Amino acid sequence: MRNRQSIQHLFIHLALIIGTGVTILPFLWMVFTSFKTVGEAMAIPPTILPKAFNFDSYKNILDSLPFERVYLNTIISTVATVIGQITFCTMAGYAFARLDFPGKNMIFIIILSVLMVPGQIFLVPQYMIILKMGLLDTIPALFLPNLFSAFGTFMMRQFFTSIPKELEEAAMLDGCNRFQTFGRIMVPLVKSGVVALVIFTAKFAWNDFMWPLIVNTSPKMMTLGPSLSTLQGQYTTNYPAQMAGAVMAVVPMVLLFFIFQKQFVEGVAHTGVKG
Amino acid sequence: MSDMAKTKPMRRKTTKREKKEWVAAYIFIAPLVIGIFVFYIYPFIQNFWFSFNDVNRFNISTFTGLENYKALIKDKELYRTLGNTIKYVIITVPVGICLSILIATLLNAKIRGTSIYRTIYFLPSVTMSVAIALVWKWMYNGEFGILNNILGAFGIEGQNWLSNPKTALYMVMIVGIWMSVGYNMIILLAGMQGISKSYYEAAAIDGAGPVKRFFKITIPMLTPTIFFVMITSIIGGFQVFDTIYMMIGKTSLAYESTQTLVMMFYRYAFDYGQKGYAAAISIVIFAIIMLITIFQFVMQKKWVNYD
Repeated sequence: MRNRQSIQHLFIHLALIIGTGVTILPFLWMVFTSFKTVGEAMAIPPTILPKAFNFDSYKNILDSLPFERVYLNTIISTVATVIGQITFCTMAGYAFARLDFPGKNMIFIIILSVLMVPGQIFLVPQYMIILKMGLLDTIPALFLPNLFSAFGTFMMRQFFTSIPKELEEAAMLDGCNRFQTFGRIMVPLVKSGVVALVIFTAKFAWNDFMWPLIVNTSPKMMTLGPSLSTLQGQYTTNYPAQMAGAVMAVVPMVLLFFIFQKQFVEGVAHTGVKG
Repeated sequence: MSDMAKTKPMRRKTTKREKKEWVAAYIFIAPLVIGIFVFYIYPFIQNFWFSFNDVNRFNISTFTGLENYKALIKDKELYRTLGNTIKYVIITVPVGICLSILIATLLNAKIRGTSIYRTIYFLPSVTMSVAIALVWKWMYNGEFGILNNILGAFGIEGQNWLSNPKTALYMVMIVGIWMSVGYNMIILLAGMQGISKSYYEAAAIDGAGPVKRFFKITIPMLTPTIFFVMITSIIGGFQVFDTIYMMIGKTSLAYESTQTLVMMFYRYAFDYGQKGYAAAISIVIFAIIMLITIFQFVMQKKWVNYD
């Protein structure tokens, strides 16, 4: 019996390892290629590992693209999006979960309806708004519409709803007003929700493609995604350079993921439970 | 929500304290509500209006009634593009979900190292799709790509996968599936872990083997989660853009056979500067997604099992 089970486990591991290989191979290939010389990358038959860790491609990209600038743009845009969403979604989520006011249900339903609409519907008018504000090709253009999230509001509302009312009432009896109760008592209680939203938002903002592609077209104002897409035109056959760019674009999110693995996975797992 | 319904019939005068609470509430929701109205609700209405207008390169619009929709109905490009998109969804969603269920099932067995596997499988879904597309494009490369080299080792002759109109869309689908399996697997695994152990114990007493338990317990109990994953995957599939935009150039021979609805929208809005026509395309995308989602919610009664 015991033996049969261990054979079974062996097969499970075998299947999972094959899947792991398929998952990880493109990442390895990206990293290996980025350290190869152009000649090495195009060698026939191909070599797996680079002969030496050659950083030329990385230097190459840093010299020819405003890469530091693009990196900075992406960081600013991501941080701004995260701060905006956390602030606005937490505040609104709290009000929708805990306060009573005229028009509450209607406003909430209108906000939720935004969730059901595919993003392209908003793109042309959003672009026009940014154009009219004279913000095309600026940093704020990258994050302005993304500061407000229906999804985040809904998520934070769910978290606030799950907290027992007594804690809040006790604080109010102690003489805290609504804003103090919110800041000192309620927000710390939904910390796990805030962390989940930070992760979702950071991942979304860092990896976003179509919106920054549309609004910011000068190389200095781009974020990583669109900038990588220009790399293709610039280095048509210089695959190590393309891969070096891809590695640099991917590393921050992958690091963040390894640090906050548990929160990433739990956040995603939660989305489906009451789907 | 229910609190409001309760207070209504009493018809008492609002107290000062309640009014103070209203003010606080409006302050709490104001930034979000204003932002959502300016950047989402108003654009939604404006986009609808644009779809009845001709919006030229200089963003000047003239009302043309149903002209955009009339032109769209006759546009062969729309049907070809819709065909590509449907093909993409019809293949990537079932294959992706089956693979996700398979991996989730394996990970749900009591084996060691599940968290390491979980981490690795999840990795593609935290990675920038643009970077992923670059890597796969390089692996698919007709001359120097690793794929052709691997195939060559098995005696299969490779080709230019991404510029061949017959294969390009399928190659992109592989990337789409590769990207989404880990994410869906996490959701399905959470669903599986929520199934009560007592069902399995009862089945074991009745002598049901692992295969029978999988089909008679796991799958039926998992249908709400499968339904959720299916809905989100179909919606996502209909909006596929990044990977195809990156992998298939506008001048590629395979462009026609891979252009999806969102790519067509993007081209008209931002390459051709025909924003009215693009708005009509986006309304069509919205309508299709809506119809399919409603259809699924109707059909779910037949197969989704809520206990």
